[in-house]
Amino acid sequence: MTALVVILSFTAVLALVLILGNLIVKGASSIDWAFFTKSPVPAGQSGGGVANAIVGTAIIVGVAALIGVPIGVGAGMYLAEYGSGRLGFLVRFIADVLNGTPSIVVGIVGWTFIVKPTGHFSALAGSVALAILMIPMLARTTEEMVRLVPNSLREAALALGYPRWRTSLKVVARTAMGGIVTGCLVGIARIAGETAPLLFTALGNLNFTVNVNQPMQTLSLQIYVYATGPFDEWHRIAWASALVLMGLVLIISLAARWVTRQRYGSIR
Amino acid sequence: MTSPLLGRDRSDRIYRQVLTGFALALPLLIVIILGVLFTNAWPAVKRFGASFLVTSTWDPVSEVYGAAPMIFGTLASSLLALLIAVPLALSVAIFLTEFAPRRLRQPVAFLVELLAAIPSVVYGMWGIFVLIPFLRSYVVPPLKAVFGWTPFLQGVFYGNSLLAGGVILAIMIVPYIAAVSREVLLAVPTSQREAALAMGATRWEAVRSAVLPYGRAGLIGAIILGLGRALGETMAVTMVIGNRHDISVSLLQPAYTMAAAIANEFSEATTATYQSALMEVGLILFVLTVAVNAIARILIWRVARGVAVGSRAL
Repeated sequence: MTALVVILSFTAVLALVLILGNLIVKGASSIDWAFFTKSPVPAGQSGGGVANAIVGTAIIVGVAALIGVPIGVGAGMYLAEYGSGRLGFLVRFIADVLNGTPSIVVGIVGWTFIVKPTGHFSALAGSVALAILMIPMLARTTEEMVRLVPNSLREAALALGYPRWRTSLKVVARTAMGGIVTGCLVGIARIAGETAPLLFTALGNLNFTVNVNQPMQTLSLQIYVYATGPFDEWHRIAWASALVLMGLVLIISLAARWVTRQRYGSIR
Repeated sequence: MTSPLLGRDRSDRIYRQVLTGFALALPLLIVIILGVLFTNAWPAVKRFGASFLVTSTWDPVSEVYGAAPMIFGTLASSLLALLIAVPLALSVAIFLTEFAPRRLRQPVAFLVELLAAIPSVVYGMWGIFVLIPFLRSYVVPPLKAVFGWTPFLQGVFYGNSLLAGGVILAIMIVPYIAAVSREVLLAVPTSQREAALAMGATRWEAVRSAVLPYGRAGLIGAIILGLGRALGETMAVTMVIGNRHDISVSLLQPAYTMAAAIANEFSEATTATYQSALMEVGLILFVLTVAVNAIARILIWRVARGVAVGSRAL
């Protein structure tokens, strides 16, 4: 039985190695300078790049973080500082449940509040949907990280006559800052790869744009359209885009680990 | 001059109110999502009633909608995924907590968690270009040779199918189930293991007789959590399941899921009824996943109380 457990574990790890291997083998050859600096060319022609998608991903995720981080971290601070009562329990439970909400459903919310009233698809609607996905995640990781702060620190600050809010912000939150930043980075890494909530909000755009009121391309949408499209040239670009997206997600995730390690040393 | 203590009271109160405001965003969010789905779905609910859940016609031209094939496809692909993923994920969790040499634990845990960081759309693409050809050449022929007589393997395998959807979902939910199961097993007190070992049990016997039963509720919770993920997973499934409005018990035939239907059809739903029908699909999906997740959380909390399991994707 032990042997079986070991074999099955390595099968699971093998899947990851296979996927990453495929990405590198099929994607790396198509990546050159033009890939990062040019926008796509019409179907049938070769060349072009995904500059519009890279910039679009950055903008949509950036705006989502601007909306989601304050609310998520604030809710997490509440859970850690005042969350022992009934409201805390409710919020914690809802955060956990929302964490498993299908992202496509959240896309419908973004569509209803922004696309429908304005009458056109927009990057902003996509950002709102992604922000909604971020909030419950950030609330829980922030709470966890703030709870790691030793109570003695809090007590010392209070004993020195610090008011509670100041203790919370200047002592507790600052001590947990590394962990909170890690949580935010992990959250950003996760929404950077999201596709489903963007399908009918940001929609995708073949041209370069930085206007958040217009449809905008992201790497994830680009991969979806190109991988399911009929042309070999598109498939090639899809693999390369996937490698870039995966690289982006990995870099953010590793940065998150690095921030944590700087603060706490190696955690579990 | 005002007393500094009075001002402190007020600023503390304001601080608490601001944080409470942020925290209230979460209950508000769930109410908003439900409200949006329900009001938009209401015309379809009124028009089709219960027949929406059990009929299979999906005809935008004559405005008749029945979601039975999607509901069936969602459940079937998720259950298939669980069948494949649960042994793998539990093995990873048991290996990491009980058997792995200390040096291996971190790297293997990191690799498995990395699987959770791969975007869904990348899984989908990998499914189209690597998994489906692999299934076609190496998995389906031997399966058909042995089990070809069962109703589950009828018809020709063209690639996009319930089987491909289930397998890709399985790969995607392994890291979630493994990560949560690992947390649960870590929460099992060491004394449980020591007691079994002291009675002369081997390490595997200790796991089977003392560790797994202790964490059972949590492990079931982890599996249900994986189910919740599988039910709502959109992109990867949309790309490989075939997207056909049809109920077939054969794994080799194309199928459809609720999430895939919304992803494919929402932006082309031109009539109000069509849109409302898709919203009702979304409502069913949302209520289903919320219920599944709630059950999973309650089970996990019974073992590892207050652990924000699964949220630590990396």
